[in-house]
Amino acid sequence: MPVDQSFRGRSYPPTRPYEVGREKIREFADAINDPNPVYRDRAAAQALGYADVIAPPTFAIVLTLPAGGQVIHDPEFGLDYSRVVHGEQRFVHHRPIVAGDLLQVVVTVEDIRVAAGNELITNRADLMTVAGEQVCTAYSVIVGRGTAS
Amino acid sequence: MSAFSVGEQVPAQEFPVVRADLVRYAGASGDFNPIHWNERFAKEVGLPDVIAHGMFTMATAVRVVTDWAGDPGAVLEYSVRFTRPVVVPDPQGATITVSGEVRTVREDGTAEVDLTATVNGSTVLAKARAVVRPRGGSGD
Repeated sequence: MPVDQSFRGRSYPPTRPYEVGREKIREFADAINDPNPVYRDRAAAQALGYADVIAPPTFAIVLTLPAGGQVIHDPEFGLDYSRVVHGEQRFVHHRPIVAGDLLQVVVTVEDIRVAAGNELITNRADLMTVAGEQVCTAYSVIVGRGTAS
Repeated sequence: MSAFSVGEQVPAQEFPVVRADLVRYAGASGDFNPIHWNERFAKEVGLPDVIAHGMFTMATAVRVVTDWAGDPGAVLEYSVRFTRPVVVPDPQGATITVSGEVRTVREDGTAEVDLTATVNGSTVLAKARAVVRPRGGSGD
């Protein structure tokens, strides 16, 4: 079953504010086996000019994965989740995510394409502080294998 | 610090991955899809075995760039296409080999670095590219 094409351009309400914790950044850095001190040691981060420890370049997925789930699991959208694979991912960092950031995510269905019987759904996730500062824009291409017909 | 130059090599690194890494990544990232930790489930859905999270592979590959740049905050953009799953058998695991090269230096001095990530000689990411701020640039 194809997804509802009218969802193209649709945005979901901002997610509830997520406070980026220093220990969460450390946990994520441990999980990707990256010993870089700038993810753990405030003094090391400050030596590079940051207010506190910064997050690794792909950390935003911790926020954008559940945010994107709003689309993927929206019954009105009609995507068969059992056929979904992650096709592409892109992060555009306006600045690094820093411990203490209070972030919200707005997800927009940017594009829906059909290729070789698959549906390719591009979701854009805008991460911003509760004060409205743009921090990161993440693009995910989700592939619905064989869902186009 | 010197400016980037086209053709400059980003030192290659090898990253071993075993099942425990995927369990830890599942917990840290919140992605508990059983194809990343449950062999029975993975095989039931037609996979050869448990596979790594694409986002684990993506995070691993950019290590060559953040280690080379010194400042992970210098990575302004990072994008990949997931082409082939990284199969992680138990107990031997897999090894992801990553290298990089500066393909373009923009007018503002930022570098576009193309990454190559392979497992057993097969490419696992396509169009893997990081955009890196000029060396000695502001930390914030």
